[in-house]
Amino acid sequence: MEGTDISWWSVLIAVIGGAIRVSTPYLFVSLGETITEKSGRVNLGLEGVLVMGAMSGYATAVLTGEPWLGVLVAGCAGALLSLVHALVCNLPRVNDIAVGIALFIFGTGLAFFLGKPFINPSAPRLPDIDLGWWSASPQVQSALKINMLFVIGFVLALGLAWALKTTRWGLVLRTVGDSEEAAQALGYNIARVRTLGTVAGGFLSGVGGSYLSLYYPGTWNEGLSSGQGLMAVALVIFARWDPIRCFYASLLFGGATALGPALQTVGITANYYLYGAAPYFLTLALLIYSSSPKRALEGAPGEVSINR
Amino acid sequence: MTHLPDPAKKPPPKVEIWKLTKRFGSFTALDEVSFKIAPGRFHALLGENGAGKSTLVKCLMGTYRADGGSVVLDAAEVEISSPRAAQRLGLGMVYQHFTLVPSMTVAENLVLGDPDLTQVIDWPAQRASLEAFLADMPFRLDLDRLVSSLSAGEKQKLEILKQLRLGSRLLILDEPTSVLTPDEADQILGLMRRLTDEGRISVVLISHKLREVEAYADEVTVLRQGKLVGQGRVADLSRDDMVRMMVGDEPPAQVSARESSGEGAVMLDVQALCVDNDKGLPAVRDLDLQVRAGEIVGVAGISGNGQTEFVEVLAGQRAIAGGQPVVAGEPYHRTRTEMRARGIKLLPEAPLQNACVRGMSVAENLSLRRFDEAPMSRAGFWLNRRAMRARATELIAQFRVKTQGPDAPIETLSGGNVQRTVLARELADGANLLIVQNPCFGLDLKAVAEIRQRIVEARNGGTAVLLLSEDLDEILELSDRILVMSEGRIVYETTRDAARVQDIGRHMAQEGA
Repeated sequence: MEGTDISWWSVLIAVIGGAIRVSTPYLFVSLGETITEKSGRVNLGLEGVLVMGAMSGYATAVLTGEPWLGVLVAGCAGALLSLVHALVCNLPRVNDIAVGIALFIFGTGLAFFLGKPFINPSAPRLPDIDLGWWSASPQVQSALKINMLFVIGFVLALGLAWALKTTRWGLVLRTVGDSEEAAQALGYNIARVRTLGTVAGGFLSGVGGSYLSLYYPGTWNEGLSSGQGLMAVALVIFARWDPIRCFYASLLFGGATALGPALQTVGITANYYLYGAAPYFLTLALLIYSSSPKRALEGAPGEVSINR
Repeated sequence: MTHLPDPAKKPPPKVEIWKLTKRFGSFTALDEVSFKIAPGRFHALLGENGAGKSTLVKCLMGTYRADGGSVVLDAAEVEISSPRAAQRLGLGMVYQHFTLVPSMTVAENLVLGDPDLTQVIDWPAQRASLEAFLADMPFRLDLDRLVSSLSAGEKQKLEILKQLRLGSRLLILDEPTSVLTPDEADQILGLMRRLTDEGRISVVLISHKLREVEAYADEVTVLRQGKLVGQGRVADLSRDDMVRMMVGDEPPAQVSARESSGEGAVMLDVQALCVDNDKGLPAVRDLDLQVRAGEIVGVAGISGNGQTEFVEVLAGQRAIAGGQPVVAGEPYHRTRTEMRARGIKLLPEAPLQNACVRGMSVAENLSLRRFDEAPMSRAGFWLNRRAMRARATELIAQFRVKTQGPDAPIETLSGGNVQRTVLARELADGANLLIVQNPCFGLDLKAVAEIRQRIVEARNGGTAVLLLSEDLDEILELSDRILVMSEGRIVYETTRDAARVQDIGRHMAQEGA
């Protein structure tokens, strides 16, 4: 009886640790998508951006030996790819959802093509911050090994929430995303604000991708991302376009992803693949929960096409 | 932080508009129009839809570049190349459709327009400056409320505050009262009048409501088909003079006489109807309403009080949360079959979106109710296009729809002609119950008179008509019984003869019930 108690306890710790470890890409992509959607556009191509970021970050780290340079390059690659999305969507009568899906396929395809030579060499990993030194339990220690990017992501979520309220940039972004009419009357350049919003979103998603290849799981191969980029878009809807809620929702998704491996550590290996599908079930369940034929989505920027 | 111009100090400019011209291709929307606005004057710009009023102010506001003529401010000719440039010159526009950001607070919306806003907003200082600014204004608003929670009147006030805060000395109001109750309209225009009397601003009021022009404006300029057709002091002109200038020599047709009819049978009976809006909140609450054959029941109300949701329920576009409408004594489940069998017809608001298929031809749109039965369909499967076109040609002539032909896509028609087309479809086979919402919104006087006449004719023929309109004059002109809808309920009922604008207006404005 006591033995089971302890093992459930360790499952919990493993899930929490996994949540922190796995949530970072969700966090970056969802913050990026929040910026993009606040400007009134949806970028469904962030999955492609994420994979492209993972590849370019890994390749840079392999070639230069500098993982942080890899993160920067990943961000820039993501920004560049999203710039394509933004510029195409600036043309009249272009649907951002369709362009996003094209970009998703293009981004993953391009990353696989360019990334072939980097599957074998191994890149230096991003460093940890060890917050578990106080505990004697190796499980707690490993759960609290936190990557710098997670901390940066957390600070970024707080910073973005602040910036949307108290900077000129934040107000303009929200204006453009909520009412084109108001933005026009005030004389803001809608296309430019949206382009910048999409590019910024792409940069963050690219950084999120570099976390996948440079920290966890920490390799580059074609099965690296299993739809995190797409799930993060759903996560933004669940978080109702609020950066702080994006942080919590990312942890929730991270925890769901970590469920399978965590159960495995205590010897429950039956239905492993079923547990592995937990984040997808969660995405579906949350989307069903947060949508309704009778109501419009609460908190959605008025000009986002999923809201019209 | 208070680098904004002090509203009390700078006087309004002397404005001269000289031979302003704007062409769109071969079409001249504005043809050498000139007028002057002395500082502190309340100037009305009168004209029907499409007369060039909007084009004129868009040239003034820098949205359009004029093709000819000039604008002179305080004896200096100015080039207005963008809305920003207009703002710097002290010209401000209060739009017909609110240009506020709904998800932001009043304070955020007021700060937004400031061209010198710092990158990081110093909220404490901004708030202090906003409080000081509001203290000097004749009306105030809670800075922390979300714009989406403001009433239409409050939004209008916020738009005006926003312009004054930006230091606009000439305010252009574009049909400011179309979404307001009569009381709110009087309040807002009264405030504008006061600000002009104090010499703080000049006002240009765009309107087609003669009552407002007579009550508040000093001078009036009348446009028709892009040309200046009349000008003068309001005090020197009679209402008839102004109508004649607006519509030309040909007076609009009179609405046909109402034949008094006995009390008809109840056609539509709605008891305790509840409907939710898009946010899942109640929009229609325990609504009770009856319409009898041969009468027009007018439902007055400010937009957004559940009218649209109510019509959507009757059209079968929205789920019912409680209650069941009854038509001619039997429950009405809002199916196409039932609508056809019982003669339930609809002219919803914005018919191009709600009652037409944009890309389809006029003939196809005219056939939507009956395309699947003979003669328009053979064996319920093959369409008989020739029969559809023949029927359409007949209806186009009968309802005087102006179109290039039955095969022209309906989206190429003007608003009035779309309205005529839908009305032709709905009335062609006779109607037992006709539900109409804002049928004359944005139409010129001739089309308005014609549409209203068709509605009255239908009533005289024994149709039960439910008319929902935001235009109180329309309600008063057409209805046998008048109801007022506020916050999803019927809060007031009166008859045609006993109706008084003040009573109706007061009930339109009331909160809750």
